[in-house]
Amino acid sequence: MADKEMNRTIVCIKPVPDPKHWNKVSMDPDTQTLRREGIPGIINPLDKHALEAALSIRDAHGGEVVLLSMAPPFAAPILREGLAMGADRAILLSDPVFAGSDTLATAHILAAGCRWIGEFDLVLCGNMTIDGSTAQVCSQLAELLDLPNVMHVTGLDRQAGDKMTITQKIEHGHVRLEAKPPIVISVRKELNKPRYTSFTGILAAESKTIDVLSNKELGVDPNHVGLNGSPTKMAGLELREFKRARERVGGSPEEIVQALLEKIHRYGII
Amino acid sequence: MDFKFSEREEMLRKAVREFAENEIPPKMEAMEETGEFPMELLKPMAEVGITGILTPAEYGGVGLGYVARTIVLEELGRVCGAMPMALQVHHMGCAVINDFGTDAQKEKYLVPLAKGETMGCVAVTDPTGGSDVVGMKTSAELKGDKYILNGRKCFITNSHTSNYWVVIAKTAEGAKGLSAFIVDKEAPGAKLGRKENKFGLRGANTGELAFDNCEVPKENLLGQEGGGLAVAIKTISETGRTGMAATALGILTAVYEEAGKFATERVLYGKPISTLQAIQFYMAEIYTQLEICRLLCYRASWLKDQGMRCDNEGAMAKYYTCEAAVNAAKKAIEIHGSYGIMKEYAVQRLLRDAVVTVPSGGTAEIAKVVLARAALAPFKK
Repeated sequence: MADKEMNRTIVCIKPVPDPKHWNKVSMDPDTQTLRREGIPGIINPLDKHALEAALSIRDAHGGEVVLLSMAPPFAAPILREGLAMGADRAILLSDPVFAGSDTLATAHILAAGCRWIGEFDLVLCGNMTIDGSTAQVCSQLAELLDLPNVMHVTGLDRQAGDKMTITQKIEHGHVRLEAKPPIVISVRKELNKPRYTSFTGILAAESKTIDVLSNKELGVDPNHVGLNGSPTKMAGLELREFKRARERVGGSPEEIVQALLEKIHRYGII
Repeated sequence: MDFKFSEREEMLRKAVREFAENEIPPKMEAMEETGEFPMELLKPMAEVGITGILTPAEYGGVGLGYVARTIVLEELGRVCGAMPMALQVHHMGCAVINDFGTDAQKEKYLVPLAKGETMGCVAVTDPTGGSDVVGMKTSAELKGDKYILNGRKCFITNSHTSNYWVVIAKTAEGAKGLSAFIVDKEAPGAKLGRKENKFGLRGANTGELAFDNCEVPKENLLGQEGGGLAVAIKTISETGRTGMAATALGILTAVYEEAGKFATERVLYGKPISTLQAIQFYMAEIYTQLEICRLLCYRASWLKDQGMRCDNEGAMAKYYTCEAAVNAAKKAIEIHGSYGIMKEYAVQRLLRDAVVTVPSGGTAEIAKVVLARAALAPFKK
């Protein structure tokens, strides 16, 4: 196996609103953004599968697992949870100029974070987040780092001697790929079962470091971050109301039955 | 005065909640049906740190203390009351060996307990009654290098899921005639009796132990000969009562959540029933009881962590929380109407579970006997 420096895995994690509290999420009609105040955050569930994969590789081959996240400073406890699961250290990329970043701007910032960390073998991400669900950041990040990218990964076997076998889910089956690090991989939940946070992990996490970096340290071109650096513009956001459609059918009992039958057929119920 | 949980405690709660919500529900139907504890969860619970929460790190545990343990038990109980019931007795089995055991006993028995290789258990109650400890009949007699035990223990939690039991037996007459022993279930003359068929906390195993000229090596005496009453009282009043209280607290938390969910979802007269004042009053009462019990339970555990006396506070938390859980569960059933007594709804199980916490680990009346002594002490002439 390569030396410790080369056996480093970066895991990108995103704090997202806990789905158990989604009923409390509302929309700000003026800014067209979601109001997330008072809603507890969790690690994006798929990112936990990415972290589990990184931890398994480290447990088997040694090395280091570094968490990387772009989020406001209040996200630090979420990173602490990743450290409690077993990651070695965390980097939080936090700067007011990052606010409003779309997927491309986020990828620019994360790529700068990866370069700041130095050499690495693997970048692991969840395939998508449960709040944005764009599934774009991982590929954009790979492009900006000029690295290969495999999405929809359901199997990951890191062997000795810089070889890995990757199973990728495609529409009607799976593809087995061989790859050489460094590589950017995004994972599906079928990949593994993330470990539970242990109490010894919680205690150990208390002495692990979370480096908070602003754009001063990262030096990303200001035209590539925040709202200015985001080519995606929200055209509109509206809340959908889910209501049962109601319709009154009149006429004689025979006509009502006939009308009902037609509707039942039309909607494909029978 | 600080009523806030630390960041560590909040993380601990989140970790246990995630484990409990994912791993326990798939087991609950079988637990209700068979009355068996899901032994396959013991190892995963040990990996999280649940089994060794009180045990020092040098003996394979995490040694996080009683407030942390109350968090763990409350969170397990929020999902299924039988889990903290079994676990809190397991913790008693750990605490009693940690407090009174020799280094060799700790090495041999504490490590596998913390690692979840077996469950722990403390057997005090004879068929003659648990509260009248001194009146017990189970005897131990030293013959050569062995104690010979004879008698029976009943209503013992984890009786059939433990590989060894801490047993209190009589070595002489009177309060100074009780002694504690670690008895291996494979010891000659050690027998498992009946498994009880309880109507609540069904997934926690309760049963009988029998000793028929049971041979216990002399080195398995726990503490001093004649020191058994102190062993029993310290373990029951500190670890047992706070654990029983936390079990009931978990049930009460679940009652509050089930009641709140149903009240806001159930529509009558075109509106959720939570808009009706009668239902609101029930919710306010359950909510207040929950907060009172939280304060009682966490304060008793905090006192223990500070190395201060917590016997009165433990008794108070135990009797009050168990009764509050029963009363709240009844109100939650009222809120549910007829749904509340159907097996498909959790509240009926919560009531059954809550009722079982009341006599377990000492009745409310015994707790009040302890408390009356403390209440009247300042006025003693």
